[in-house]
Formats: sequence, C-alpha cells, structure tokens
Amino acid sequence: MTKIIDSKIPEGPIAEKWTNYKAHQKLVNPANKRRLDIIVVGTGLAGASAAASLGEMGFRVFNFCIQDSPRRAHSIAAQGGINAAKNYQNDGDSVYRLFYDTVKGGDYRAREANVYRLAEVSNNIIDQCVAQGVPFAREYGGTLANRSFGGAQVSRTFYAKGQTGQQLLLGAYSALSRQVGAGTVKLYTRYEMEDVVIVDGRARGIIAKNLVTGKLERFAAHAVVIATGGYGNAYFLSTNAMACNCTAAMACYRKGAWFANPAYVQIHPTCIPVHGDKQSKLTLMSESLRNDGRIWVPKKIEDAKALQAGTKKGSDIPEEDRDYYLERRYPAFGNLVPRDVASRAAKERCDKGFGVNNTGLAVFLDFSESIERLGIDVVRQRYGNLFDMYEEITDVNPGQLANEIKGVKYYNPMMIYPAIHYTMGGIWVDYELQTSIKGLFAIGECNFSDHGANRLGASALMQGLADGYFVLPYTIQNYLADQITVPRFSTDLPEFAAAEKAVQDKIDHLMNIKGKKSVDSIHKELGHVMWEYVGMGRTAEGLKTGLAKLKEIRKEFETQLFIPGSKEGMNVELDKAIRLQDFITMGELIAYDALNRNESCGGHFREEYQTEEGEAKRDDQNFFYVACWEYQGSDEKAPTLLKEPLVYEAIKVQTRNYKS
Amino acid sequence: MDKNISFTLKVWRQNGPKDKGHFDTFQMKDIPGDTSFLEMLDILNEQLVEGGKEPVVFDHDCREGICGMCSLYINGHPHGPATGATTCQIYMRRFKDGDVITVEPWRSAGFPVIKDLMVDRTAYDKIMQAGGFVSVRTGAPQDANAILIPKPIADEAMDAASCIGCGACVAACKNGSAMLFVSAKVSQLNLLPQGKPEALRRAKAMLSKMDELGFGNCTNTRACEAECPKCVSISNIARLNRDFIKAKLKD
Ligand SMILES: Cc1cc2nc3c(=O)[nH]c(=O)nc-3n(C[C@H](O)[C@H](O)[C@H](O)COP(=O)(O)OP(=O)(O)OC[C@H]3O[C@@H](n4cnc5c(N)ncnc54)[C@H](O)[C@@H]3O)c2cc1C
Ligand code: SF4
Ligand code: FES
Repeated sequence: MTKIIDSKIPEGPIAEKWTNYKAHQKLVNPANKRRLDIIVVGTGLAGASAAASLGEMGFRVFNFCIQDSPRRAHSIAAQGGINAAKNYQNDGDSVYRLFYDTVKGGDYRAREANVYRLAEVSNNIIDQCVAQGVPFAREYGGTLANRSFGGAQVSRTFYAKGQTGQQLLLGAYSALSRQVGAGTVKLYTRYEMEDVVIVDGRARGIIAKNLVTGKLERFAAHAVVIATGGYGNAYFLSTNAMACNCTAAMACYRKGAWFANPAYVQIHPTCIPVHGDKQSKLTLMSESLRNDGRIWVPKKIEDAKALQAGTKKGSDIPEEDRDYYLERRYPAFGNLVPRDVASRAAKERCDKGFGVNNTGLAVFLDFSESIERLGIDVVRQRYGNLFDMYEEITDVNPGQLANEIKGVKYYNPMMIYPAIHYTMGGIWVDYELQTSIKGLFAIGECNFSDHGANRLGASALMQGLADGYFVLPYTIQNYLADQITVPRFSTDLPEFAAAEKAVQDKIDHLMNIKGKKSVDSIHKELGHVMWEYVGMGRTAEGLKTGLAKLKEIRKEFETQLFIPGSKEGMNVELDKAIRLQDFITMGELIAYDALNRNESCGGHFREEYQTEEGEAKRDDQNFFYVACWEYQGSDEKAPTLLKEPLVYEAIKVQTRNYKS
Repeated sequence: MDKNISFTLKVWRQNGPKDKGHFDTFQMKDIPGDTSFLEMLDILNEQLVEGGKEPVVFDHDCREGICGMCSLYINGHPHGPATGATTCQIYMRRFKDGDVITVEPWRSAGFPVIKDLMVDRTAYDKIMQAGGFVSVRTGAPQDANAILIPKPIADEAMDAASCIGCGACVAACKNGSAMLFVSAKVSQLNLLPQGKPEALRRAKAMLSKMDELGFGNCTNTRACEAECPKCVSISNIARLNRDFIKAKLKD
C-alpha cells in the first residue's frame, strides 16, 4: 500500500528542465488573474517577494504576518550574505559549480532538479535586488564586491555590510509596499494563521487570529502560500527571533501535508555561548568571520582547565600551544568547512575537555593573525559592527591588543559555540513548490526543498528570494489555470465554520487548564530535552529517551499550563502557548525522523554512524530518500513514513571530503 | 565578572488606546549584569505570571538590534541610555544597584498605544507605500554590474538604508516629526542611479503622506539624530528638503 510520491520533476537534462517547464506550463491571462485570490502567509524574503510579484502580475493577494510590519520578519536578521553564480571575481564560478557545491554541502540529500533551478535563478536575484536599490557592497571601480563563505572555494557571496538580510528584506518590503499602495496586495499585520481550511481536498483559506483583538477571522482564496519560516525555536534557545514558530506548518501537517526531513536541523558553529539560565535567545556571530578569524582551543589540557577556572585568558596562550583544529583536520578548507563539520569539531574538542569558558562549552575565534596582517582598520571595516555587538553582549572587545609573548601580539579572542540556527527540513513540496495538499504551496525556510541535510551559508536568502520572485509566481499559475472558472468563496461554508470552531475549542481548552506553570518555563524544559537528546550528537537510545521525555512534557503542558488574563483582547501568553503546543509536536517529529534515519548526514549526526576519524557516515544504500511524515489524526499517535527516493542524474554521489 | 543588581522599576501600564494609563512599581532583586534589558522584563513577567497576574506587554522580536520591533522609552530616552543601540541590545550592567528605572512607551500622536508599552507604528508602512520604492517589475532587469555605482555613493546609501524603522526619532522629537525616518529612505533611493528617475516624486509623496498622518514638522532640534539607534545622520533631512524644494519648484 505504498503511496507513490510524484515530485513532478520535468523531463530533460538537468540544465534544461526549468526552461522546459516554463515553456510548457499553463499561464493565467491578465483578465482572469484579477478574479483569482491568493493568500500569502509570511512577509519574510520568501513571503514578501512572492506577495509583491503575484500582486504585480495582477492577482488579488492577502498577505499576513505576526509582527506590526512586514519589514520585521526574521529574514531581517541575516547578516552574512547571499550567494549567486555571477562569477564576477573570475574565480571559476558557474551555475553548475554553485549547484554542485549546494548538493555536496547538503550531503547528497537534496533534490537535484530543485537545486539546479536555484543556482540557475541565483543571478537574476542579484539583478533584481540591485534594480530595487539594494545597496550591496561595492569595489572602488563601482562594481559589486564579493566575499567567500563556508563550503565553497570561490568568492560568490554578495553582501551589504553585516546587514544583508535587512537590505534584501527592505528591498522586497519596498516592492511589497508599492503593491499595497497600488491596491493589489492587502496587508494583515499582527495576525497569526492558526489553521488552513480545506474544501473538497483543496486549500481554500485560513483561520487567523487577530493578535490585537484576540478574535478569530476567516479568509478565503483560490490558493494558499505558506512562507512562515523555520522551526528552530523548538529548541527554545536558538539564533531565531522570538516570534519564529511552526504553528502554520503544523496546521498544514495536521491537515495532511507531509512534513519532510524534520531531523535536518542546522547547528551554527559561531554563536555567542550560553551564559545563564535567564537567557532568551542566542546571538549569531556571522560566518563571514571565519574568512579572517581562526578557530582554536589549547593543545594542553592544563591550559583548558586554567581557562575554565578563569585563571588564564586566551591571550595568555602562545601560538605553539594553540590547536587550530579545523586547519589541522581539514587542510583544504580550514576554517571555512561547512557548518555541520565545524560545529561537530567544536563539540568534539569540548567533549574531550578542551572547552575554554567556565562551562567548558566554548572555543576561541581569533583575529590576532589577521589584525597583524591587514591592520586593525581593515579588520574593523569588515567586521566592526560584529565586534561591537560582541562587546556589548560580553563586555570583551575582540579588536583589543591583550598580550605580547616573544614579540608576537595577541588580541582578545571571541568565544563561540554552536547553536540551533536553521531548519533544512520542512513541509514537503514538489518541483512546483506545491505541498501534498492541492492548492497549498510552501516557500522559503518552511519548505524542505533545496538544502538536503545541511545548508551552506548565504543560501537561505538565495532560496527565499528564488522561491518568491522567480519560481512560485510561475508554478502557481500552472495550478491556478484550472481555477479560473471557480468563483470567489464565501467564508460561510461549513468547512470554514468547522475549522474556526476547532481553533476556538483549542483556545478555550488552553485557557481552562489553569495549572501553575508559565509557557516559558515549559518551553525551556522542552528546549533542554531537545538539545540534550535530539541535538548535535544523537543515538538511538538517547532519541528513545527523548521521545519518552517529550511525552511527559506534553502531559505537563496539558495539565500544568497557566495562562493569565482572558481570551478576549490581546493575550501574549495565550499566543505563546498555542505556539508551544506546536513546538512539542514538532519536537516529536524531529525525534521520530532522527530515530528512523540510521545514518549520519549533514546536520543529522548519529553517533553510532561515524568513521574512525569521527566524520559522518552516510548510508546511501538504505537512506537515499526524502523522509516524508504523514499525520495520523492525533498528536499522540506516531506519524507514518513515506519515502521519496532521490534520483541523481547529473552528480555522482560521493563521500563529502573537505580535507583535500 | 558582572555583579548582580537590585533596583526599582516603574512601568507604564495602559489597557488599550482609550485607557488613561498609570505606572506600576516593581522591586527587582539580584538581576545579573549580563542579563539584557528585555530579559530583565522577561524575569519580571515570569514573576507576574507566577503570581497569577497579566504580564507587561512590549514589542520585541530579533533581540539583536535589527528588526526595529523593540521600542521602549527608558529613563527619558528612546532605547535607553546607550548610544547606537536598541533597547534589546542594552545589558543590565549599564545600571547601578539602587537605581530607579522608568519605562514608558513611545509617546507620539502618530503612534497610538495598543497596550502597555506596545504602540501602533503602521503609519510608517503607509509612508513607505506612498513612495518608498523604485518602480521596477519583478522579472529580468539588466545585469547588476551594468550600473556602476562609486563606492562612496554606495556606502552613503547603505548608511541611510540602515534605518530599522523603530520610531525612536519620532518619540525623541518634541514635534513628533518622522523626518529622520522619511529622509533616510528617500536618501538611500535618491542617491542611487536606480532611484533617480522618481527622486522628486518620491520626496513629495512620502512627505505629504507624513503630514497627512499627523506627524509634526521638523524644527532642527537634532534630538532624533542623538537618539537614533543606527546613528542615521540628520544630513539626510537636509537632502530631503532640497529634493522637496526642487519638486515644489517643478510644480
Ligand atoms: C541570525 C541569523 C542570520 C542568518 N544569516 C543568513 C545569511 O547570512 N545568509 C543566508 O542565506 N541565510 C541566513 N539566515 C537564514 C535566513 O535568514 C532565513 O532562513 C530566511 O530569512 C527565512 O526567510 P523566510 O522568508 O522563509 O522566513 P522568515 O523571514 O522567518 O519570515 C517568516 C514570516 O512568516 C510570518 N509568520 C510566521 N508564522 C506565522 C503565522 N502562523 N501566521 C502569520 N504569519 C506568520 C512571520 O511574521 C514572518 O513574516 C540567517 C538566520 C538567522 C537566524
Ligand atoms: S531613523 Fe533611526 S530612530 Fe528613526 S526609525 Fe530609523 S532607525 Fe529608528
Ligand atoms: S528586538 Fe529587534 S531591534 Fe530590538
């Protein structure tokens, strides 16, 4: 009774698939576009670019976000940059190379055809953004500047100071604002989607909560696009913004959309280490720092002990006693290995006792060598805002000369440690970015499509904008072309009433638990269990324990939760409780998938499956597939696994090697 | 190592735009210096919820100074005592044991209070919708490097573009003017060749929208520049005024 999963990959050689698709897909003519409504949930890079483009094409668009303005979506926080295969540096880059690096970086678990298309449209993104007035960094000659990022040997990353996500989002936001002004897009800010409404097997609307009035409202459309970002906050502490959540994604999952590869969670190697139990989030230090910063721990265990006890500082340890472990283990890529590799290597050193702060969970990122080579001014020009940010948080200035030993100058190093950052898994979509529910599309971080088991730096921004500007506006027409005779829906249909009632019942239930524990306190417990048992180093046994503990947390949530105030009007605690309930379900989903995947690949590391050198060991014989999880009618029941086999035509599947 | 501090916190509470509002006073004990200001409010809220009370409502999201969501008026300064930093980037080590810390919402006709410390800043979106864009279609524009932009111009545009739309400039201004915000966006786009064709129209449209929404006039007090967490320069306002006058002359 196995379902066949059709990912609708077009025929033809890899380089021609997208062109062929576009040449043959169905289009909607302008007069009909005006009669078709599209709901876009989310105003991040993916949602804003999609809403703006669809509105401009003539569709009637309703666009939702949680924050008070579209410009505040979490995409705003991306620092480092966006990749494209422009080859402006003439260093041998090409669409094929970007495609290859992304597939390899993803540890051969991404869908080839999607990744090729992503690489193919990457150049259009840069053109589009420049035309909008995005102030990318430039050379003195007036051309665009580039930098390099982990997992690549070419310099293909475009950036705007340390604020690339901000500038790209503001570009998309201004395109969106233009459409709002023109009346093609209607904005709903401070709204949260709580459910998707299915009519005759197709997505036809959503139930959203007005976060100011507390009221549930119904919205109908011919198609629904989800662009609601990732689920990293299931771990409580992450680099994600506080409002990042997986409620919309879980709503789709519960209505039958498959959830793909939930176990692929990215742990970013360069975050400021955890400092206390009151901490609300973790701060990322951009990966671009690895261009000029060198990562190390002491060679001698007694030095590590002294650092942990606070009797020595990093700058007290001379060059010859430092272990630049990434340069030692991976000579070809050095400090620029992909994130999963760098994160695991840091954990390995800390597990062995070489951690450098009071908790033993930190490594150094050091600029001494580059400051000496380039001068502090150049280094500050590149990373000044990151240095300032680091100093504000930790009270240590990484640009400051701290010691001189035998004529060698040592500057204060930064301390960093891996943290949850990005989720490669997400709602399953086919080549058209349509989920397993007709008329329901998913774009940006909330889908699973392009990054396999690990995402390379500067590729999420690329994917969000590729989906929103260049892919979805085409592929959604192939679906909508059949829908032109379908009149606008009334939200009085019984399906809408039933969906709204279900959400209302859930809210009433949560308000009535009247226990003693705050949402945050339970969320923290969830985070501890997730990090401990479903985090960086996973084992079958640990995952089983984790699943048992997650059940306890769900029980605690169901019996101990306390929400003050009432369901009328604004109630921030209630809104957080709804999200937490979904994070618990998400946590279980991650654990089930991690337990099923008896191999190590990318961001998913099962300690049982590693080489003698401690590298991830894939099992292509048995796990060369996308794991799609299907909901079984209740959060208490384990989901069922469906497999989308991966087919590689263009790339030879190999063991990832960043050593030579 | 940071020390723990204890202090008095006076927080504005207001149940909706029509409510008169009042201050609640709380004694905060043993707060570690490496707690961020918003984490300190989290601690307060956790205590309130544990006592069965409603938490203090405030806007926040990224907690790293980039989304522009956080918006507190702390001891008489938008975004508190630090320069070049947002509320979420302030750490308690900046305060002393025994301090009295007063927290209020942005107060301005353009930003009505929604609840407690949360205000409605949709007026900023409306100003953007009036002209804060380059009118270019999604599709296939020319190659990005076909437009050469001298580095100093690109850098200046980037500095203007670093505005996070937080509203501190309005909150700081005795006239409640949004000039710094508007001029930052107009400057970014008007400096760049891509934005030139619409430069005058943009300046006029965004300014009239600003007036229409009830923001005050700029009288060059420079309070906005001093409080802007992104150090957006007041020279942008001069540029905006020049473009506006040019647009007027053309009419
Ligand atoms: C600190 C940090 C730095 C990063 N740096 C980089 C980088 O340098 N390069 C790179 O390529 N990637 C980077 N990333 C990753 C990248 O920023 C994200 O993956 C990407 O921006 C996600 O965009 P999105 O549009 O999918 O979602 P988001 O930007 O997260 O937007 C989600 C939107 O959905 C809305 N929403 C969510 N749930 C609901 C709901 N239930 N109802 C209504 N609306 C909802 C939100 O309000 C928001 O508008 C970084 C990520 C972080 C955390
Ligand atoms: S100009 Fe400065 S103060 Fe005003 S909105 Fe922008 S960032 Fe905030
Ligand atoms: S919370 Fe984002 S800027 Fe303060």
